[in-house]
Amino acid sequence: MISFSQVRKSYRGGHEALAELSFGIERGEMVFITGRSGAGKSTLLKLIPAIERPTSGTVLVNGQNIGSMRRAAIPYLRRNLGLIFQDQKLLYDRSVFDNVILPLALTGHAHKEAARRARAALDKVGLLARERANPVTLSGGEQQRLCIARAVVNRPSILLADEPTASLDSASADEIMEMFRAFNQVGVTVLIATHDEALLQRLNPRVLALKQGRLER
Amino acid sequence: MSTWLRQHWQTLSLTLRRLARNPLGTLLNVTVIGVALALPLGGYMLLQNLGGAARQFDGNPQISLFLARDANKADIAALETRLKQFRGVRALRFISREQALEDLQQSENLSDVIATLQSNPLPDAIVLETDSSAAELEKLEPQLKALPKVSHVQLDSAWMKRLESLLQLGRTAVLILAALLAAGLVAVTFNTIRLQILTQKDEIEVSKLIGATDAFIRRPFFHLGFIQGALGGLAALAIVYLCMHILNRSILELALLYGSHFRLSFFGFSDCLALLAFSATLGWLGAYMSVSRHLSGIEPR
Repeated sequence: MISFSQVRKSYRGGHEALAELSFGIERGEMVFITGRSGAGKSTLLKLIPAIERPTSGTVLVNGQNIGSMRRAAIPYLRRNLGLIFQDQKLLYDRSVFDNVILPLALTGHAHKEAARRARAALDKVGLLARERANPVTLSGGEQQRLCIARAVVNRPSILLADEPTASLDSASADEIMEMFRAFNQVGVTVLIATHDEALLQRLNPRVLALKQGRLER
Repeated sequence: MSTWLRQHWQTLSLTLRRLARNPLGTLLNVTVIGVALALPLGGYMLLQNLGGAARQFDGNPQISLFLARDANKADIAALETRLKQFRGVRALRFISREQALEDLQQSENLSDVIATLQSNPLPDAIVLETDSSAAELEKLEPQLKALPKVSHVQLDSAWMKRLESLLQLGRTAVLILAALLAAGLVAVTFNTIRLQILTQKDEIEVSKLIGATDAFIRRPFFHLGFIQGALGGLAALAIVYLCMHILNRSILELALLYGSHFRLSFFGFSDCLALLAFSATLGWLGAYMSVSRHLSGIEPR
């Protein structure tokens, strides 16, 4: 489903974020990417939706080569991915509901069908009662759940989350992780970048440990 | 197809809601565009009306033929017969030199001067009433001059030609003004859209991240430019219409003094429609330029 081979990513100025990275992720897997900040976790996650392109090597997502993908094809790649960003990227000029419906608006769904699916996604993350609220008024955990709702409303086959529990207390973090587990159980491939070691000990999942842009184990 | 239509409809309603949410800004932009367009539009309306009025006077231009001193009655009769054969000549009127002198004596200012004259300096004359245009009369002039016993031909369309070239000058000036202000309209839209793109920077970035195509992101800005241009055109029409009404009150009084019912008239429906299409297109153009320039700068990182 996702395969990296000999992937190197260096930024202008010579900083090498990823070096000689090779691994594969099967459909329906749940994989954690760990490492200290600056180890290349975010860069790895940005390569999959073509936010960044590899400097050399090959990144394949659903059989599509990210490195050679045409610019015009990128939106269609991203529609099949659910992205949860480290800085959340919620829009505070509109309601919770309007944030969730955004991915459906741009694929041209009829409003009625889009609204039904947006409410279903909000229900899944337990925010249906807050649909009229502004995201600013939500707690940290609720905001993170809103991000998840927006990521899954398009029913993506791959879910990518960058530090989804970073600023949360452990109870909220557990809730979030439970949601990812639930999505994974219905067949969604889940990729989570985290530096929360406690989380890993409890779940004991497959781990890609990065150190200075290389796989540690 | 239905998806395409629905997306446009959704964008349109979104754009209208955005405009309504910021009424003051919208009003200011529309006013700027409206005033800018109203200047050449008002000039164009005045010229159109003047041209129309001039054409009324141009209805049947006259030609005066002044005859040689030695023309006798037989010559005049022969000449009249020849003249009647010319195309476009509707009627002719003979004015003898005695009658011309009498006419002059009637006018108050000249009677004293004429009383001092020893002999009658005036020639006999024939006035032709025609139904030709000024241009056709010009062609006729040399033929008339070549006739026997005709010493001088005077077209009274000369002032018409002067007016016509003045109007032409006015039209050129209006055209230049329109071109300049059209460029201004594009610039205003360019800037509005630039600000709008900056305000929606977050939304654009998020939209790109979740799979919005460039076309989807551009569309609302095109709509915005188009609608703003059209509203500006509407404002320009309203301004010119209002000014016309105010002017007409004074013009009507003035015209009545001259026994005329002249008044300014407004553009026809198709002219109004053409103006709206023009201003909307300019708005779209400004949006297009702005979007091409600024949107590529917003790439998610």
